[in-house]
Amino acid sequence: MAAPELTSAPLIDARGISFAYGSTPVLEEVSLSVRPGEFVALVGPNGSGKSTLLKILLGSLPSRTGVVRLVGSPPDELHDRGRLGYVPQRPSLSPDVPATVEELVSAGRLARRGWWRPFTAEDRLAVRHAMESVEIGELARRPLAELSGGQQQRAFIARAFASEPELLVLDEPIAGVDAESQRRFRDSLVHLIREHGAGVLLVSHELSAVSGDIDRVVVLKKRVLFDGPPSDLEREGVSLGIHAGDLPLWLEGLR
Amino acid sequence: MIAAIGLPFPFELDFMQRALAAGVVVGVFAPLIGTFLVQKRMALMGDGIGHIAFAGVGAGVLAGVYAVWSALAFAVVGALGIEWLHARRRTSGDLALALFFYSGIALGVVLASRSGGLDASVLGFLFGQPLTVDAGEVGTIAVLGAAVVAVVLTLRRALFAVVTDVDWSKVAGLPAGALNNVLAVLTAASVVAAMKIVGILLIAALMVLPVATGQLLARSFGGTLRWAVVLGVGSVVAGLAASRVWDLAAGGAIVLAAAGAFLIVAAAKRSLPGSVRLQGAEA
Repeated sequence: MAAPELTSAPLIDARGISFAYGSTPVLEEVSLSVRPGEFVALVGPNGSGKSTLLKILLGSLPSRTGVVRLVGSPPDELHDRGRLGYVPQRPSLSPDVPATVEELVSAGRLARRGWWRPFTAEDRLAVRHAMESVEIGELARRPLAELSGGQQQRAFIARAFASEPELLVLDEPIAGVDAESQRRFRDSLVHLIREHGAGVLLVSHELSAVSGDIDRVVVLKKRVLFDGPPSDLEREGVSLGIHAGDLPLWLEGLR
Repeated sequence: MIAAIGLPFPFELDFMQRALAAGVVVGVFAPLIGTFLVQKRMALMGDGIGHIAFAGVGAGVLAGVYAVWSALAFAVVGALGIEWLHARRRTSGDLALALFFYSGIALGVVLASRSGGLDASVLGFLFGQPLTVDAGEVGTIAVLGAAVVAVVLTLRRALFAVVTDVDWSKVAGLPAGALNNVLAVLTAASVVAAMKIVGILLIAALMVLPVATGQLLARSFGGTLRWAVVLGVGSVVAGLAASRVWDLAAGGAIVLAAAGAFLIVAAAKRSLPGSVRLQGAEA
């Protein structure tokens, strides 16, 4: 993968976002940014508005107030979607679809190549590189249905990697995944950030696998309650690792 | 009757060779489209469009225009309507199909009855008349089949992405709505092109049964496409041969051949040591 040009412009720049479902406010004056090379974790209790915020950031939902810039453009005007990699929380792809890992990951390349253009040797190399970066290269020809949950999740991450994104957005990607898969997941994210200067926005409650790599934690509960480095959160007695005062328990207390 | 080319029994006669040529084309493009419909969990889309096409046949008979064109117009509009309802999640996929299913078949019956009743030509569209296909119809089906194959092969990666994970596809910038509409229109055109061969009520079976069997045999999406086409063509050849040998209704024989292939493969797979429990075959 060629390293994207590093700029100081934020890859995600959201300011003053508010949203309500009917008369029920979900987000109030939320601001969030992710810069190139930055690893940001977005956390919050259930119902805190994380999913709604993500939809607004990705352009699936219009915000009622505020301004959003995704890789420099309003989300619905970002035409070069290959600059964005996305790993959904629960991929709607059924596990019994007779698709191989390589076929799934190749779909990710469409965002960069153009959906109507034939694949070139460069595309096939990028797909191979994406699979190897999450250590599933040897599983390329295996049907997804035969893989473990952790291997499947890495295949979905490889699909996002295949477009060589400048920004990677992951929604609860390691829920229920074994420790070994979490370690490989962490290694692949660190590789993307350090080697390619990409920005990462990770929505997850399980941050222990990446606790040493996160630059900023954003705690959301309709509003942004905290936005700063993990060390500042730890000073408040909240650890991203697995300790008595760990993050999931603390978030539960916020509900 | 002199044979056009030297094929052996039961395909030595002209009308059998025309049926074979048209049927083989249908055997290629119907499962090709069907593979994407099955992954989209809209396996009955072809059936729903078939019912709407029947309303088009009835309208054509009533208006005195060539029924294939009126059927095509109804089928395309109906297919886009089903897709519109499905995409907006106004109704579940099967409910959207059911709405069009029953309205279409009822409208077809009413329109046909207004024009003098359900005669043999109308029933021919319902159950197929492959043995009466003329050379012009073979050419039309071949052109349409080539167009369907070309579009599907060109867009196969994008169609695969959209039918298997539409939410991700939208975030990735794929034109999910347009691609789904392309699939809907291809389905409509395929149904109308194939209705003379296997009939409106049975064309959907050729879009689904070879795919179901192909999924049992393949270990990839590309493999499923290839197996579905092989099984679709094989079903057409076997069904036409059976219809000649045992004087059976050709459309029904083709579909029964496809169903038989599924049962044989499913049974063989179950009997193999360590075979995987078949998805959806247990109910």
